[in-house]
Amino acid sequence: MSEPLLRVTDLHKSFGALEVLKGVSFEVRTREKVAIIGPSGSGKSTCLRSINYLERPSRGMIELAGAPVGQARRTDGSFKLMSDYELARQRSHMGMVFQLFHLWPHLSVRENVALQPRKVGGLSKGEAYALADEVLKKVHMSVKADEFPDRLSGGQQQRVAIARALAQKPQLLLFDEPTSALDPELVGEVLTVIRELAEEGRSMVLVTHEINFAREVADRVIFMDGGVIVEEGRPKDILVNPKTARLQQFLRQMHA
Amino acid sequence: MINAPHSVLGLLEPLLLALVNTVLISAGAFVVAVTLGLTLASLRHLVRVRAVGVGIQIYVEIFRNVPSLTHLFILYYGLAYAGLRLGSMTAAILGLGLIGAATLSEVYRAGLQSVPQGQVEAGLAQGMNPFMTFRLVVLPQAWRVALPPIGNYGVQLIKDTSLVAAIGAPEIMFTARNLVVNSFETTLVYVLTAAIYIATCMPLLVLIQTLERRLVVSR
Repeated sequence: MSEPLLRVTDLHKSFGALEVLKGVSFEVRTREKVAIIGPSGSGKSTCLRSINYLERPSRGMIELAGAPVGQARRTDGSFKLMSDYELARQRSHMGMVFQLFHLWPHLSVRENVALQPRKVGGLSKGEAYALADEVLKKVHMSVKADEFPDRLSGGQQQRVAIARALAQKPQLLLFDEPTSALDPELVGEVLTVIRELAEEGRSMVLVTHEINFAREVADRVIFMDGGVIVEEGRPKDILVNPKTARLQQFLRQMHA
Repeated sequence: MINAPHSVLGLLEPLLLALVNTVLISAGAFVVAVTLGLTLASLRHLVRVRAVGVGIQIYVEIFRNVPSLTHLFILYYGLAYAGLRLGSMTAAILGLGLIGAATLSEVYRAGLQSVPQGQVEAGLAQGMNPFMTFRLVVLPQAWRVALPPIGNYGVQLIKDTSLVAAIGAPEIMFTARNLVVNSFETTLVYVLTAAIYIATCMPLLVLIQTLERRLVVSR
């Protein structure tokens, strides 16, 4: 078997005395779509944010295409924290979409999307704008390219945020509850865009509360609770016939 | 003690010439305050080392808790006594600039802190290093919050330049006092002086308010 795109090994994270992640390990293969579900406080968001080191794990390893993220190997084989410069380069290979969008309010939609390609990717302004227009088309936001974020609905903002992540030309997309902050009638347009990206064969890790969407889009579902992976498998297996009592209970609550 | 009555124009001329120095001192001190203040606030924001924060806070407290006049006297008379003689204009610009940097570093700090952490994370997650994120994401947003108070500080600064009359910098108030001594036109001279301050500061305030409005409307 080839090297997995992402390998998470024995991830631990504590905030003070509170242990949020208690040893989480999983892999994501190229073109694979993995959904992480679980109740609030289960550690799923922290787990996702650890993948690009927005949270620094207390223990454990993250590897993207075989290269460690956040930590650098010393010559004697031990690890130390990466320099900001190295970490930034690793992060640039992963696009992240946040629950609250976090578009930059002082930049237009096009500038939001073009900033990373210009400043990190080294494209000229013209090239970056052309790329921005291309990815904005993918998320059906071309007409709003010259608007500012505060003129957009939540769903539109999230689609721009997805375009911004795509403009990085990432190897892996990370979605952190991308529809949780949206009004119900706006959820669909964002899910449609994510579904289209999934169909393109993009690799992604998606933390979500949308169980039906996870079932439809994901190749594999991971159920987390209490800082550990309780159950994982193909959606039609674990979402239809959950083995553990905890997942059974969680699914009942979600559908209630 | 009988003096020939002084014409308004005759009194106005030296005052207007002195206005040049007032403007010079204000502009010089403003540049020092804006750049040094931004440097201090940025350092504090970026370098999360305790010693740096404490050092900058000590600077701020020293300048916030001691009257401006005391600082000016230290710079002008104190340093001269210690062997470093600054010109009155230099001492005025430096003194007001250092004091302003303390004020403005707190203004910038509030602006920097007003930018939500999610904005920073969005930059970091895209592979911008912390300094890039600061420059491209945080600073432009902090600037908008800080601009109105910076403008008001600028106008306040013009009025505060009157203090440097005390160290002999030949600005408007210094000149006015000399004119009074020579002409005995006490009321007229000080009213003219007040009028010049109004004529200088008011257009600036209007300009600042216009900029503020523009800032809210456009982005």
